[in-house]
Amino acid sequence: MQKFLSIENVGMEFDTKRGRFEALRDVNLLIQKGEFITLIGHSGCGKSTLLNMVAGLLYPSSGVVLLSNREVKGAGTDRAVVFQNHSLLPWLTCFDNVYLSVERVFAETESKAKLKQRTHDALKLVGLSHAEQKHPGEISGGMKQRVGIARAIAMQPKVLLLDEPFGALDALTRAKLQDELMAIVAEIKSTVVMVTHDVDEAVLLSDRIVMMTNGPAATIGDVVTVPLARPRDRLKLLADPVYLDCRRKVLEFLYQKQLRAAA
Amino acid sequence: MSTVANEVLVDAPPQAITAAVKPPKLAIVAKPGGSMKLVIMKWTMVFLPPLLGLLMFIGVWAIVAGSSPNLPGPAKTWASAVHLFSDPFYQKGPNDQGIGWNILASLKRVGIGFGMAAVIGIPVGFLIGRVAFLNGMLSPIISLLRPVSPLAWLPIGLLVFKAANPAAIWVIFISAIWPLIINTAVGVSRVPQDYLNVAKVLDLSPWKVTCKILLPATLPYILTGIRLSIGVAWLVIVAAEMLTGGVGIGFWVWDEWNNLNVEHIIIAIFVVGIVGLLLEQLLVFIAKKFSYEYVS
Repeated sequence: MQKFLSIENVGMEFDTKRGRFEALRDVNLLIQKGEFITLIGHSGCGKSTLLNMVAGLLYPSSGVVLLSNREVKGAGTDRAVVFQNHSLLPWLTCFDNVYLSVERVFAETESKAKLKQRTHDALKLVGLSHAEQKHPGEISGGMKQRVGIARAIAMQPKVLLLDEPFGALDALTRAKLQDELMAIVAEIKSTVVMVTHDVDEAVLLSDRIVMMTNGPAATIGDVVTVPLARPRDRLKLLADPVYLDCRRKVLEFLYQKQLRAAA
Repeated sequence: MSTVANEVLVDAPPQAITAAVKPPKLAIVAKPGGSMKLVIMKWTMVFLPPLLGLLMFIGVWAIVAGSSPNLPGPAKTWASAVHLFSDPFYQKGPNDQGIGWNILASLKRVGIGFGMAAVIGIPVGFLIGRVAFLNGMLSPIISLLRPVSPLAWLPIGLLVFKAANPAAIWVIFISAIWPLIINTAVGVSRVPQDYLNVAKVLDLSPWKVTCKILLPATLPYILTGIRLSIGVAWLVIVAAEMLTGGVGIGFWVWDEWNNLNVEHIIIAIFVVGIVGLLLEQLLVFIAKKFSYEYVS
């Protein structure tokens, strides 16, 4: 298996008021180029911690995260993050929010016109060409999250990291954005690591679902491979035995194997 | 007594009353289909309470003035004000200039003193908010000096600058700088973590972080600091000028006290109040221009 993104023997400890807290222990995961991975688990299992380590926002207490055989030592523009609460800058227009990241990555090598074109393209990809000059306060939650996605993909990152990107959205908007995300990822062929709580979301989007045990000292409990062909259609999948089987496996893991530990 | 009160009703407020009554008529013309009653009610509620408050104030003033022979009543003061403002920009030597010149002189001092306070205070506040070490270094000094009455600094100013005018500006500077430093520092330290995460993930340069994230996020706090500090400066200028002399609204008050021209002192109180109100409204207007919605 080709090592694209590899998480090796990673552990994470935090200093808290009540002493040391071991959040993660011995996490090992190999991710191939172009794979769509979801991290799923109960609240507090350290899945966001793991994502933040890949992003470079946190540094593992033990073990290493390697991207293209180089250690991840901090945040970098080869990885882009979409936050749950979108984190758009409210004083910038949608265009300027995306342009900020485009400028950071490509300003040294490309002309201003090219940078602007990249920004337009990214916003077009998420279907927001009409809202380019609006401020985040003037658009809906779903649109804000689209801008967040545009900001991330415009950087052309090696890995796209999504931290519960649709968690704050209503069910209908969430479904729409999931379909859009699938289309975008298929188009730009990005490697994706996504944290989610939602079993259906995980099965619909992923190539592999990484299921985490409950903390403290959480680790990877099991991995479910989703052998469904793409493009996937959420309505057709509803009766697909493979889909239902994957779904059952994840639900069993979360509600039989891990529930007792959580209680 | 009652004649004075009647005079007041006829004399000063009629303009205010007509001004208050006009807008509902316009509104009715503009919205012929809308319910007229509601529009009238709305405008009445907007204009009636402040109008009644003003009338009550003038009434109380008239009653007090009626029973105190030295205090001029509203009518006398109004007549004096009309005369005074008919020629606001005369110049008869350094100690006898029009009210307009005095107001402008005071505004100029406030402007210079506040401007210097902003140039120094905002960057200092920014650094304190960002660098914990500097915060530890400077906060004891700020805590110690902030509660000191601005006028206590006047002798130091006179000593160092050896002239009245720079000493007055110095007092304005020292009283205006604290709200600027403190509000800016609080603003910088309260920049939401989300925005700082964006800066981290995008790996932005310190310059970009300052311009695109810290400064815009702190701007509402800085504007609050500016409002507070101009408010304090305008409060302090009157007292400072009373002590330093020269041209200025504070000196003018003291001069008119020496002339025993009490009408002019009352006019000066209104002038200081109105100018302060206008400054405040101007800054609120600017602050609104720069406010953005924090929608999470």
